[in-house]
Amino acid sequence: MSTFWSLWIIVIVVINIAGSVWLLYATRRVEVSGTQEEGQPPTTGHIYDGIEEYDNPLPKWWFNMFMLTVIFSVIYLVLYPGMGNFKGLLGWTSIGQWQEQIDAADEQYGPLFAKFHDTTVAELAANPEALKMGGRLFANNCSTCHGSDGRGGYGFPNLADDDWLYGGSPEAIKYTITHGVNSDYDPSTRRVMMPAQGPMIGDAGVDNAANYVFSLSGRKHDAAKAEEGAKVFATYCAACHGADGKGNQMLGAPNLTDDVWLYGGSPEFVKHSIRSGRAGAMPAHGDLLKDDKIHLLTAYVYSLSQQ
Amino acid sequence: MSQDTEHKQQRGSEETIRVFDLYETREKIYTRRLKGFYRDVKKYTLLPLFAAYFFLPWLNIDGRQAVWFDLPERQFHIFWLTFWPQDFMLLAWLLIISAFALFTITVLVGRVWCGFTCPQTVWTLWFMAAEHFWEGDRNQRIKLDKAPWTAEKVARKAGKQATWVVIALVTGITFVGYFNPIRELVPEFFTFQAHPAAVFWTLLFTFMTYMNAGFLREQVCLYMCPYARFQSVMFDKDTLIVSYDTRRGEPRGARKKGADHQTEGLGDCVDCSLCVQVCPTGIDIRDGLQYECISCGLCIDACDAVMDKMGYPLKLISFTTEHNLSGAKTQVLRPRFVGYTLVLAAMVAVFLYTVATRIPLEVDIIRDRNLLYRETSEGLVENIYTLKIANKANVPHSYTIDVSGDYDFTYLGDTRVEVAAGEVLSTLVRLELDPGLLREPNTKVYFAVAAEADPAIRETQESRFLGPFKR
Repeated sequence: MSTFWSLWIIVIVVINIAGSVWLLYATRRVEVSGTQEEGQPPTTGHIYDGIEEYDNPLPKWWFNMFMLTVIFSVIYLVLYPGMGNFKGLLGWTSIGQWQEQIDAADEQYGPLFAKFHDTTVAELAANPEALKMGGRLFANNCSTCHGSDGRGGYGFPNLADDDWLYGGSPEAIKYTITHGVNSDYDPSTRRVMMPAQGPMIGDAGVDNAANYVFSLSGRKHDAAKAEEGAKVFATYCAACHGADGKGNQMLGAPNLTDDVWLYGGSPEFVKHSIRSGRAGAMPAHGDLLKDDKIHLLTAYVYSLSQQ
Repeated sequence: MSQDTEHKQQRGSEETIRVFDLYETREKIYTRRLKGFYRDVKKYTLLPLFAAYFFLPWLNIDGRQAVWFDLPERQFHIFWLTFWPQDFMLLAWLLIISAFALFTITVLVGRVWCGFTCPQTVWTLWFMAAEHFWEGDRNQRIKLDKAPWTAEKVARKAGKQATWVVIALVTGITFVGYFNPIRELVPEFFTFQAHPAAVFWTLLFTFMTYMNAGFLREQVCLYMCPYARFQSVMFDKDTLIVSYDTRRGEPRGARKKGADHQTEGLGDCVDCSLCVQVCPTGIDIRDGLQYECISCGLCIDACDAVMDKMGYPLKLISFTTEHNLSGAKTQVLRPRFVGYTLVLAAMVAVFLYTVATRIPLEVDIIRDRNLLYRETSEGLVENIYTLKIANKANVPHSYTIDVSGDYDFTYLGDTRVEVAAGEVLSTLVRLELDPGLLREPNTKVYFAVAAEADPAIRETQESRFLGPFKR
């Protein structure tokens, strides 16, 4: 903070502490005129609107404890931040404390994850303990998007089937988890984009292409439109999705023949995808989870598709 | 009364100005020990409570400590009952009932809790017993404190302090033993293997016990305890209080034994001040009911002994009511007391019924919320649920899971699960429905979990099934 506000705080703190001490001493002595009446309970002699005040002293140890708190405050303000920009002799920061706790946790729990480091993903996928740990990591990190059961949803791939956008081998899965898809923060992220075809092929073209795509998956379609759509497909779609429509895992272009629809399988959704394009995103988890945890996660995700 | 009073002449005026210190150094109280009925009664309250506190953690039931507040596992064991975090309401009600019972007793007999059963009193009296053992009776203790530091004084003081520290340490370890099984804690503590947290709390309670019972004593009752401040709110003119019969005792004064004091214009009080000397809070009960009085009855014992010697009737100071003192009749079953008792009885009955009818099963349905619903590749609407089934019994159980609602959902998941004793099982369940059949976007579903072995152990929880909004 700026020097002005730093001084502002310092002044307020000092005035408060010094002021409390002054108040304590200033109210300590009570002056009363007149003599004590015999046989009556001791009063201070003050009369306010006819209401008198008994002399019931407070215990001295209260005063002493208050002074102790003042001494504590002074020591505290020397050791810890509190006087404006002064950082305190101990150099404590909340981020520093957080980092200490993270480091302690890594030291304590790190070995639990590290012990699986040298086992292959395929072996881990059959190891109940590894699957439990991987499952919990999944619940914490992945289930928000991919669902508690990993079966995905609109825009979030189903991890439990054998349909893979970028490949279902352990290596491919690990890469996807580590580097994400279209991540802003990881230069090694998977780059994937389906361009909008609408401007180029027009509404009729979109309709035809959609029908052709449905025919590839064995869905209900208009045969005449599908025939037209085949031509559209060959020109605009085959480059990424393959001439047979079976997709391209290098490009992340889905397989259009397996009746699995990441962005919805109804005609309006498929047409929307063709017309406006798609570019999914998944965060890169490499920095957050690090190698050992990602190794376990890969095994868990891999196991989902093996059932 | 203020200690530091000074007189100051104001210049040019006849008026005296007194200066008070708002704070007063406390005068040490030396209590005198006298025999008597109420002192004996305390044996039957202090000893059992003290013993119960120390021996209870050593009891084992079912292979575990009988009274054990197991914080890491989030289970409180009180003999055969186990309370889980979901039972916290019961714990809250138990505390409310205890407080209310205390208030009911206060209406009837004043603050006898303070004088006979409060831990502060119990531990202070044990510390005072140690003090009496090492330093002698009242006069001897006063003399010892004034004496110079001889070897004997050092030895006596050291012996007393050592006894105090031992009692405090045992108290501290026992307290932590209610949370950390005491049979392991004790050997670990004395071989320096105990967990740092256990050591910290043990030493903290040792210190607090030592300070409270050794030094603070009546300061706790006078300045720290909330009950001390508000207990008199529950008094009425039929409440038993320790009271000095002013009509009988005043005017007080010394007289020869055997003299007819009434003709001399004296009351029964011989002004021996023994009632002041025995008082643990250092008051004079002859000044009337004071908030410092903890109703311990020791002044009654002291006065009765003197009355007996003088040949006067006993109970010049006694447990009596204001109505009695003014000559009226004391009514025990008055509306206030009856009301308190009925409310207390009702609360206890409801509490016992609730505890007795607890079922050892807890079911929670956690619906996947980030996705409102999911559309499967067949076009069905699907919702995902995580069922958490907590088996709070101490035997394993198998449970059946049933789903019901306004629609005939397709159920994908376990219909039968096995859960170990004390385990919380997580199982994933999916419900599917044809969207064409769904009439509203949000419909209730009910999951019923029932133990196969005991049909009484069942619980039904409500959740929701979400689907597309029909336009």
